[in-house]
Amino acid sequence: MRSGRFSLSVTIFWLGIFFLYGPMLMLIIYSFNASRMVQVWAGWSTRWYGELFQDQQLMGAVGRSLQIAFYSASTAVVIGMLASIVMIRFTRFRGRTLFSGMITAPLVMPDVIIGISMLLLFVAMAQSLGWPAQRGMLTIWIAHTTFCVAYSTVVISSRLREMDQSLEEAALDLGATPIKAFFLVTLPVISPAIISAWLLSFTLSLDDVVIASFVTGPGATTLPIEVFSQVKLGVTPKINALATIIIGVVSIVAFSSWLLFRKIDQHNRAAARMAAQG
Amino acid sequence: MKKLDLTRILPGGRRWVIAGPYLWLLVFFFMPFVMVAKISVSETFLGIPPYTAMFEWLDQTLNIRMTFSNYAWLLSDDLYIRAYWNSIKIAFNATVFCLLLGYPMAYAIAKAPSHLQTTWLLLVLLPSWTSFLIRVYAWMGLLGNNGVFNNFMIWIGLIDSPIQMLNTNFAVYIGVVYSYLPFMVLPLYANLVKHDNALLEAASDLGARKVTSFFRITLPLSVNGIIAGSMLVFIPVVGEYVIPELLGGAETLMIGKVLWQEFFNNRDWPVASALAVLMILLLIIPIMLFHRYQNKESGL
Repeated sequence: MRSGRFSLSVTIFWLGIFFLYGPMLMLIIYSFNASRMVQVWAGWSTRWYGELFQDQQLMGAVGRSLQIAFYSASTAVVIGMLASIVMIRFTRFRGRTLFSGMITAPLVMPDVIIGISMLLLFVAMAQSLGWPAQRGMLTIWIAHTTFCVAYSTVVISSRLREMDQSLEEAALDLGATPIKAFFLVTLPVISPAIISAWLLSFTLSLDDVVIASFVTGPGATTLPIEVFSQVKLGVTPKINALATIIIGVVSIVAFSSWLLFRKIDQHNRAAARMAAQG
Repeated sequence: MKKLDLTRILPGGRRWVIAGPYLWLLVFFFMPFVMVAKISVSETFLGIPPYTAMFEWLDQTLNIRMTFSNYAWLLSDDLYIRAYWNSIKIAFNATVFCLLLGYPMAYAIAKAPSHLQTTWLLLVLLPSWTSFLIRVYAWMGLLGNNGVFNNFMIWIGLIDSPIQMLNTNFAVYIGVVYSYLPFMVLPLYANLVKHDNALLEAASDLGARKVTSFFRITLPLSVNGIIAGSMLVFIPVVGEYVIPELLGGAETLMIGKVLWQEFFNNRDWPVASALAVLMILLLIIPIMLFHRYQNKESGL
């Protein structure tokens, strides 16, 4: 398995990476194509980026999507944190089976099912309770929060499980109230997981087209809905430019959070070493 | 007496910590399924909302109206049965392709020097954080009749006229494998990286060849990872809508697309609900399999 020797799995790994990145690379290259005919190369140009930023409808959708993603991720992380505590620390209570089922099912449930069922709930609620009076950003926020809760819980609970519980016990022994112990001891330890869960929820919300299409209302077009309706008609250079920007932003955020986590990890390890040496 | 018992099980603030997420999920995840089941036994009705009410007060008595005609309709038209069957077939084949490509990739990451593992894993996961829609869209530009592949093959003289690749099942398979590959690799890697190398060393000391010890030790030990990865691909792909819509053609009959059309184009909410209920019934066993794995692996 040492380097220098041929390894089938490593070869397939790099082929797989090529398969994953090749199409995105093509998108990036073609976004700088001067021609309106997307597949005909006519030299380098940035005109599609200019046109992209002038597309008022698209830009409005970007703002709306970012807003929904921000609120959904923030709500989902709070609920997901509570749900993680329930899953990891409260091992016995009535209805736990249903609870853990409702955490895992959204991870795999097809979007069309979540979308149609959510919409039917909102319609029935509007009929019987009068709320939500209108479908739009509010209903998308609720729908996105619900499936992001599941992802947040998986991410946060895996960190919470690995955490050394004696830290909390020590704080409680020293007279801290459970709430104080949580905020001063538990929260800092699981904070990297909370950041990852937030980022994951944010991207999931920003990416969803199917669920949002079901639960949206008049005037609340999100970015994926707008992109989808343009893309259905065929390949356009403007969408290539948009794709390039999305890929760029995601890469930068992913890379910097990777650096950040490495730093936190090193810091934690150094702190643990110092504590061990006393 | 009962109340006392409850407080003993859930003392103090615990109850409130549980109640928050529990209520949210109950109302916004569980209740919707009850609604779908309810609407699926109602009748189509011209109006807003486009279905009949289940409970009605007539002459001061409660009338309950239920009909199974929507289900009878689904079973009588072979379009729907074919759509279900096709979706399962496509999801199954795509899962196998993902496994064949994803397993060696996960294996390579797990066997890589430990300082490289995170970076390699990140390389696989990074594409799944960029927009799903954009990644499916990328293949439209590659596979089209006037797309990069066809132009290239014509340019090198391999073919004279473009081959129809976009709007075929082939394109759907490519799109599905491309989009779902990271979901296969992640659980497989998480499983493979935990294997104890001592087992392989012992096998090799006892004279087993590498291939033998792979099939006798590594593969059986990774069954849980295989199940998790496969379910993460299979279940959502059965109901996939975006990929067949953008890459598939007339021959691609998938249930997610049919449901979408019934709902948005025909505005037949009851039939669309019945389609959703049947899909949930089909997927309930795979979902439970995934749930069991998830519990075992993460101790949830």
